[in-house]
Amino acid sequence: MHPWLSALLGGVLIGLSATLLLLLNGRIAGISGIVNGLTQASQREEWTWRAAFIAGLMSAGGLAMHWLGHTTPSPAGVPLLIGAGLLVGFGARMGGGCTSGHGVCGLGRLSRRSLVAVLVFMSVAVVTVFVVRHAIGAAP
Amino acid sequence: MKRILAALLAGTLFGVGLALSRMSDPTVILGFLDLFGHFDPSLAFVLAGAVGTTLVGFRIALGRQRPLFADEFQVPASRAIDRPLVVGSAIFGIGWGLSGYCPGPALVALAGGVGTAFVVVPAMIVGSLVQRFVFQNRTGV
Repeated sequence: MHPWLSALLGGVLIGLSATLLLLLNGRIAGISGIVNGLTQASQREEWTWRAAFIAGLMSAGGLAMHWLGHTTPSPAGVPLLIGAGLLVGFGARMGGGCTSGHGVCGLGRLSRRSLVAVLVFMSVAVVTVFVVRHAIGAAP
Repeated sequence: MKRILAALLAGTLFGVGLALSRMSDPTVILGFLDLFGHFDPSLAFVLAGAVGTTLVGFRIALGRQRPLFADEFQVPASRAIDRPLVVGSAIFGIGWGLSGYCPGPALVALAGGVGTAFVVVPAMIVGSLVQRFVFQNRTGV
């Protein structure tokens, strides 16, 4: 399959997942928010549906990426990975969502807040990659 | 129980979607963000497929009085374009651009045994805990 077609189909699956979670459970499929809820005290069922979503995501995603042979690591080294992870975790909670919550779900419900978030993190990420790869000339 | 199974099904679809679209491969993400290098448009196709689906699906879902398995829809009520939204998203964008990992793909790569995800996922969780400690439970999407 052409990579652009599998990207489009994968996107449709992600959109179907978010639609199902909203239609059935009334919840937004924002990964950073769902994971964040797992580290907070909450009612038992509230914790369990989050754990079930993440268990499905990780088991199916982990298997599928092996079947498809997409197991490339990040080009970033360990110190950069630690810094990047801290920023992503901190920023997603401060901004109220990540690529899934603001991108897939927020844009789908025509939220202006989410549109602003997506435009900000996309453009900042483009500038970051430009600085790292072309201005500094580092590996990642 | 129905809600738990629905969440498991939704998570499964999400995971397969991320793997199929190669979003769990950080080089694909960085290739999209690198407008001035070897540009890879894959992420645009993923977003088009996903948002195209949610634009229709969310309209249908939110047109109902209530979800099928729950009493009410829990969607964010805030409409404010405020500083935490902009600053938080900018901080997120720096981290995303440095590693090529956002939370969903990083979890999939961790489950797939990719070494770099074993470093980035714990750091993400620590980052979210630090944010909560600093800002005392500000919640969003």
